[in-house]
Amino acid sequence: MKTEKPGKSKGEWSATLPSLLWLVVFVLVPLLVIFVIAFRPTLPEGGVGEGWSLEAVRSLADPAYPLLLWRTLWISALTTALCLGLGLPVAFCLARLSPRWRGLVLLLIVVPFWTNFVIRVFAWQQLLHAEGWVAKTLRALHLLGENDRLLGNSGAVVVVSVYTFLPFAILPLFAAAEKFDFGLLDAARDLGAGAFRAFRSVFIPGIRQGLITAFLVVFIPMLGSYVVPDMVGGADSGMIGNRIAQRNFNDRNLPAAAALSGALTLLVLGPMLIRRKRRESA
Amino acid sequence: MKASRLPLITTLLVLVFFYLPILALVLRSFNASRYTPEWRGFTWKWYERIADRDDLLMALGNSMKVALAAALASMILGTAAAFALNRHRSRLQDFHGLLVRVPLVLPDILMGMSLLLLFVTAGLPLSLVTITLAHVTFCLSYVTLVVLARLEDFDFNVVEAARDLGAGRVAAFMKVTLPILAPGILAGGLLAFTLSIDDYVVTYFVKGPGADTLPTLVYSMIKKSKELPVINALSTLMLAMTFVVVMLAQRLTRRA
Repeated sequence: MKTEKPGKSKGEWSATLPSLLWLVVFVLVPLLVIFVIAFRPTLPEGGVGEGWSLEAVRSLADPAYPLLLWRTLWISALTTALCLGLGLPVAFCLARLSPRWRGLVLLLIVVPFWTNFVIRVFAWQQLLHAEGWVAKTLRALHLLGENDRLLGNSGAVVVVSVYTFLPFAILPLFAAAEKFDFGLLDAARDLGAGAFRAFRSVFIPGIRQGLITAFLVVFIPMLGSYVVPDMVGGADSGMIGNRIAQRNFNDRNLPAAAALSGALTLLVLGPMLIRRKRRESA
Repeated sequence: MKASRLPLITTLLVLVFFYLPILALVLRSFNASRYTPEWRGFTWKWYERIADRDDLLMALGNSMKVALAAALASMILGTAAAFALNRHRSRLQDFHGLLVRVPLVLPDILMGMSLLLLFVTAGLPLSLVTITLAHVTFCLSYVTLVVLARLEDFDFNVVEAARDLGAGRVAAFMKVTLPILAPGILAGGLLAFTLSIDDYVVTYFVKGPGADTLPTLVYSMIKKSKELPVINALSTLMLAMTFVVVMLAQRLTRRA
């Protein structure tokens, strides 16, 4: 299939050039521009000045930023852990279902996520509203204090983030679980392992690749999360993404927003390189 | 061997978790009560209000224009890219493949921010055009992967046969390759269309003042707590629309 005939390279270039050029201009160059603008001075009316300045990069030394970084990391990590924790049993269940049921349940899992993202978060905003039935029920059961709120805190950010990312974790986990030989589990059980032990020491290592993919597709976008903390979080649950938007839209300080975006790019690049390395070794 | 019921129970609970907020939203869109979630009788009035709002219709029009343009452009670019990645193995394709995959993992906010900085640097005024350019960029990656998956099962001997029977390169592509791949390309296009209609973050960064798409307008209405029941009604309509598109896509992929 991959026979390279002489004279084919012209065909290769003509098929490659359109998308390659597009991606270089609209993906690669913009990512580099972030790092250029971060070293530009800010004009008072919000523009980007000529020449070079370290002002924006120095603004990264803001004493509030270590806390911001820490919050971004723990919210992302907790969301990822919950997505994997819930996604694993679901993937396990899906892989063991008969093909007919499997197709149906898979469709049921995917369909809500074709609906508009903003609307899904809005639906949660209403569900968790102080006057909503969830809050009222919890209050009646004394699980929620009279003045406690479900919205406006990091807990709400985690729950709604899990909601938006769980299918992205389930799909790669399921893809791996589908290829898993369930006879191995029976063998482990026959050799005396309990259900949980067999699950932990046979199933989990068996779907390791799926776990790594699921981790990356949740954790990386979570680091740049912006809409969910903006809509259901409070003043003390903002993440790096919110700060970038604030720098950009409220302060009209593009170089400072660029410096922060550059830092986020570097933060995201780490896990992305793991992915690359894994693919090469695979 | 007795299988544990835990995975099944978790799956059922997850499905409840997925559908609960959506169901609550649909119910509320028919609730006559304006401010409180208590049920005060059935009404269509929030739906009637949608038609009165010119800004919503205008934003919907903008969303449609951008999504159609982005879907078309990304179908062409993505199909070419998929062919290149499938037919050739070289350093160039390694780099090409890497670039195709970057938008899939890059957080939206970085994509929006970097494109905004590009447009500002290039002096391009922010408008529906910049929104479309941004949307083509992330749609391109998804279309490429969908078509690429189709090409894996594609039997190129059929094309060879057409060539042997005297068809030219172009004729063989138009009459053999394209019709066989059409469902895959169309499925990619539908995916691109929904991704574009759905996008908020990237759009918000690269949109100019006044050039709202439906998600950015709805978002600002939510932030201002303006006409929330109307947003419920609008959301329900959009949900219904999405379900129709998903069913169509499902049909397309199943038949192929």
